[in-house]
Amino acid sequence: MSTATLEKPTATTASDTILSLNNIEVIYDHVVLVLKGVSLTVPRAGIVAILGANGAGKTTTLKAISNLLKAERGEVTKGSIVFDGERVDKMSPNELVRRGCIQVMEGRHCFGHLSIEENLLTGAFTRRDGNAAIKRDLEKIYTLFPRLKQRRSSQAGYTSGGEQQMCAIGRAMMSNPKMILLDEPSMGLAPQIVEEIFEIVRQLNADEGVSFLVAEQNTNMALRYATYGYIMETGRVVMDGEAKMLRENEDVKEFYLGVAEGNKKSFREVKSYKRRKRWLS
Amino acid sequence: MSDIATRPAPSLLASPLVKFGLIVAAIVVALAIGVRLDTSNTLYAIFVDPFQQMVQAPDLLVQTVWEGLVSGVLYALIALGFVLIFKASGVFNFAQGIMVVFAALTLVGLYEKGVPAFLAVIITLGVMFALAVTIERVVLRPLVNQPDIILFMATFGITYFLIGFGEALFGGNPKQMIAEQLYLPKGAVDLQILGGLVSLQKIDIAAALIASLMIAALAAFFQYTRIGRALRAVADSHKAALSVGISLNQIWVIVWFTAGIVALITGIMWGARSDVSFALEIVALKALPVLILGGFTSIPGAIVGGLIIGIGEKLGEFYWGPLVGGGIESWLAYFIALGFLLFRPQGLFGDKIIERI
Repeated sequence: MSTATLEKPTATTASDTILSLNNIEVIYDHVVLVLKGVSLTVPRAGIVAILGANGAGKTTTLKAISNLLKAERGEVTKGSIVFDGERVDKMSPNELVRRGCIQVMEGRHCFGHLSIEENLLTGAFTRRDGNAAIKRDLEKIYTLFPRLKQRRSSQAGYTSGGEQQMCAIGRAMMSNPKMILLDEPSMGLAPQIVEEIFEIVRQLNADEGVSFLVAEQNTNMALRYATYGYIMETGRVVMDGEAKMLRENEDVKEFYLGVAEGNKKSFREVKSYKRRKRWLS
Repeated sequence: MSDIATRPAPSLLASPLVKFGLIVAAIVVALAIGVRLDTSNTLYAIFVDPFQQMVQAPDLLVQTVWEGLVSGVLYALIALGFVLIFKASGVFNFAQGIMVVFAALTLVGLYEKGVPAFLAVIITLGVMFALAVTIERVVLRPLVNQPDIILFMATFGITYFLIGFGEALFGGNPKQMIAEQLYLPKGAVDLQILGGLVSLQKIDIAAALIASLMIAALAAFFQYTRIGRALRAVADSHKAALSVGISLNQIWVIVWFTAGIVALITGIMWGARSDVSFALEIVALKALPVLILGGFTSIPGAIVGGLIIGIGEKLGEFYWGPLVGGGIESWLAYFIALGFLLFRPQGLFGDKIIERI
């Protein structure tokens, strides 16, 4: 923890920042270099999107933060992660959830054999503030997601994809988080449901002040709800900016929103910007 | 997925009950004819005579079923230990049998060293807890995310370690269980029923009662407590459990400790019926057919499977054993399990496999 003191200045100077990644590098299985120096920040009570194609490193970035990497033999080998003014890169997921940073994994991962209500209650595992508070929050989740209330006693494995996604977000909310890392919430869902889910993200953000870091392939949707976006490619952040700016950027339009004008082939050929050498900063 | 038009018309045979009924009816008819044509009387001896005996001497039948029930309860207890660990950590714990022996040996050994009986029980529980923590630290944690087979082999290691450790501490000789000091009843209750005498050992009655209580307590623990819910969550998906902040290490210690408690109770009960020795470990292997029957992931399955195997074994030995010269008790359980593997590999109560994405 001696390095924690070194990092302190950056952490305290940015008290309006809830999460900052500084040049992190992730290696799987001791050999496969997946993230090559990623830096990003999430403002307190903000919604930030990570965009990019398959294999760009979005999920790995989120897992590096929540430290679920270890379960997949991945490891943060360089850089630092500061959550809420504290170095967290050596912490277990359990400790992170206690501090208010929880991940909703890609593909939802509800507990199939538990009922929806039991699923939500497992989210409160780390809480120590008593049953009354947990019950109150459960009711809050049910008002947010009336559909979950209807299905509270059905086995989660038999509910629809949208319901499972809601269950997974509700379960994360039950831990009383400051920040939710949301991985690919739109995966396999109908556009209408995706919209519903993003609306709830916005509502949670506005009402509860929860910060979100959302990894998405559905660039269009993500940029409508996020305030800031990072675009990743092969383990690096290649571009970042205000959501509005990204929405209007020609390259982004062409490659992620699918509004092409010419017939350009590769992202590399058209990039009108420079890769930011953040790892030298 | 399926278009109505392409679906086959619902057939009577589609209902498993109807199918089962038809098969049974066919067997009965075939037997009825077979027995008439039978000249050497083998079919008669296998299919008719034992049932006639059962009807003629119901008191013997009751006695046999009771004995089967009691050993079934003990099989169920051992199987329960397996199921707990298998559900929570996905490890088939080969060491469960030796944990039973080790717990019983520790208890008796402590008593022999002059520790009062109930204090010895408490210390033994402490030892089982220490064992759980040690196994989690030394075996499970370093091997996390390794293939299942490696963890399985590691439990072999635990087995041999416990055998050696137990022998070094308490010696290899069979010991007497301290049943009296633990206020377990002795003697037998003789019932005058069905025109005969049925004798029930009091210790067996106690075993059945204690086992039922413990199973009920475990079920309640799993269903209604925060930790119980977390245990089921871990059984469902390790990754998702990690993501909501459930600490796997903590859960594993709890599960192995629970299995240790179950082992201790099994050890006391089994030890009181025979004696405490390493031979008990062989009996623990009977848990395998019980698990195949009941399903590896189901607690009710372990119980029902244990009872079926226990009763089936005793009935088989008593009524059909003489036909092949006796001694079928030792393999009948595996035979029944084989049948189950063929027709219902997930067991009677195994997890329904939920398939939807």
